[in-house]
Amino acid sequence: MVEFLDIITVGLFAATLRLATPIAYGSLGGLFSERAGIVNIGLEGMMLMGAFAGVTVSYFTGNPWLGVLGAILAGGFLGLVHGLVTVKFAGDQVVSGTGINIFALGFTAYMSQVIWGSRGASESVQELPTISIPLLKDIPIVGEIIGTHTPLVYLMIIITVVSYIILFKTPLGLRIRAVGERPEAADAAGVNVFKTKYLCLIISGMLAGLGGAFLSLGHLNLFALGMTGGRGFIALAAMILGKWMPFGAFGASVLFGFADALQMRLQALGLLPPQIILTIPYILTIAVLAGVVGKAIPPSNYKPYVKE
Amino acid sequence: MPKMLPQVIAILLAFLVGAIVLTVTGYSPLDAYAAMLSGAFGDTFGIGQTLTQATPIIFTALAFLFAYKCGLFNIGAEGQFLIGALAAALVGISFDGLPVFVHVPLALLAGVAAGAFWGFMPAVLKARLGAHEVITTMMLSYVALYITGYMVNYPFKAPGWVAETVPISPSAELPSILPPTQLSASIFVAVLLAGLTDYTLRKTIIGYEIRAIGLNPTAAESGGISIKKGIILALTISGAMAGLGGAGEVLGVHRRFIEGFSPGYGWDGLAVALVGGLNPAGILLASVLFGALRSGGMTMTRTTHVPLDIATILQALVILFVAAPKLVKYLMKKGGFKW
Repeated sequence: MVEFLDIITVGLFAATLRLATPIAYGSLGGLFSERAGIVNIGLEGMMLMGAFAGVTVSYFTGNPWLGVLGAILAGGFLGLVHGLVTVKFAGDQVVSGTGINIFALGFTAYMSQVIWGSRGASESVQELPTISIPLLKDIPIVGEIIGTHTPLVYLMIIITVVSYIILFKTPLGLRIRAVGERPEAADAAGVNVFKTKYLCLIISGMLAGLGGAFLSLGHLNLFALGMTGGRGFIALAAMILGKWMPFGAFGASVLFGFADALQMRLQALGLLPPQIILTIPYILTIAVLAGVVGKAIPPSNYKPYVKE
Repeated sequence: MPKMLPQVIAILLAFLVGAIVLTVTGYSPLDAYAAMLSGAFGDTFGIGQTLTQATPIIFTALAFLFAYKCGLFNIGAEGQFLIGALAAALVGISFDGLPVFVHVPLALLAGVAAGAFWGFMPAVLKARLGAHEVITTMMLSYVALYITGYMVNYPFKAPGWVAETVPISPSAELPSILPPTQLSASIFVAVLLAGLTDYTLRKTIIGYEIRAIGLNPTAAESGGISIKKGIILALTISGAMAGLGGAGEVLGVHRRFIEGFSPGYGWDGLAVALVGGLNPAGILLASVLFGALRSGGMTMTRTTHVPLDIATILQALVILFVAAPKLVKYLMKKGGFKW
């Protein structure tokens, strides 16, 4: 029991925030997509592509910030592909997302071998610096937990707030939600349904790409085969658990980040097999969907929109 | 227009884009594809390995198809496959000295039951509580991945470095049919299951009801068909099929459960079902294509040093092009094809 309590340290909570960051980016990405009426199970692939592009660009330019930009563009590109398949060609959203996931897995593994001659991992690259927030870092405990991180952690918190404002406090957000829920009505009101969906999917991919960049550039400073390890799916789960709301998604991401941090600590101490804790996010999400822990009703109409 | 033409065009498009990727990265697409083709079909060994790789995908594709006909997206075949594989392995290692004709069916049945249970859970959640099966089957897939991982890392771990069970008893082994390839009798089960699926869907009342729900649930319900019953049945049977596939892999190929032994056969199933035009005969054909990509890919890597993952890229491209049927139609119109 004493051992167990020893785990609850400031370090655990700092790790929670770090591990929650990629999930939060992914879940915000999923949010933009689903609010516009498109299921995005391709988040996993978009994150992986972002992680890879981030390291690749950083490797060739020596500048991790250009890497982050590359990750955003790579994720956005896959978002655009998802848009082409599901919006322009009215293809199935789940199938397209699956294709994107498999593509990203194959493409990144292939390119790793082309560039670094190794399938398992890239060479180390310049990683993102960490920054300390003045004043904040001096607060006891709180400062240790949230005072010093890579800027991508703080950017994630800012984007969460901005996403909320965009989706719920601006005309653009109203249009996005209208396109997701009542595309016919939005169209009749003069909203360009297709353009809005494309926009949201590109944003969705960009955010997922950022999440990937955090994993590779802000966390490990290299790319490893399949390094997202299902975090894209966890992000989807966080979005559902957060009831398709930005702050909800953020909160759920922190919860899953905590489970992940705890899992690592327990594993290091040999107290509990990691696999058992790793199932928690998934089981929790199923419970939410089943209405055991509050009811989750998707806000969107996911049918491909066909203009009359 | 011939029925399978969009699929054939999607495959050609995938190979075209794949050729671009190969060229840009400094490889010769012709050499790579030629090596892949000769590796997959050039000799008896290649054909055997291609069919070995095709076998598990037939099961998972049929699983996807069966649920799809009821209007359900079972994207958790990977988990059902793994749970079925583990159950079969546990029965395989738990008994000694049983007659083969008892032990093998018993282990297969364990795989069926475990897979069915993994399909039954999301089925009930969908039918009773309205939880969307796309998410629940996917989430349960990960639960299965971790549970099987736990089992072979802890309670049933064989001595040594690898996370795997001890070998199953010889009495639980499905016979190899084309040594030295890994092809096992599981392929007969797969082909049999394809026929049975076709028959069930087209000729039985259950199959009719499932298809009716898939085509138009409202009409089916007013016609006196219970949607809830149909959903539960279709998804449970779907899970059972994937579980049987997992059992076949363990009993016929690996003869134990090894962590991470599936390179994504569950996801391949979705692709193969779509490429196969959502019917059992098409699935058999398409599974050979995907099996060939995997087995031929290995030969290609050995002889031309092109990374094996080009096969995965090709699979993904096939999926994306098949997912966008309008794209294929659009291109055909642009190209001036006439029918």
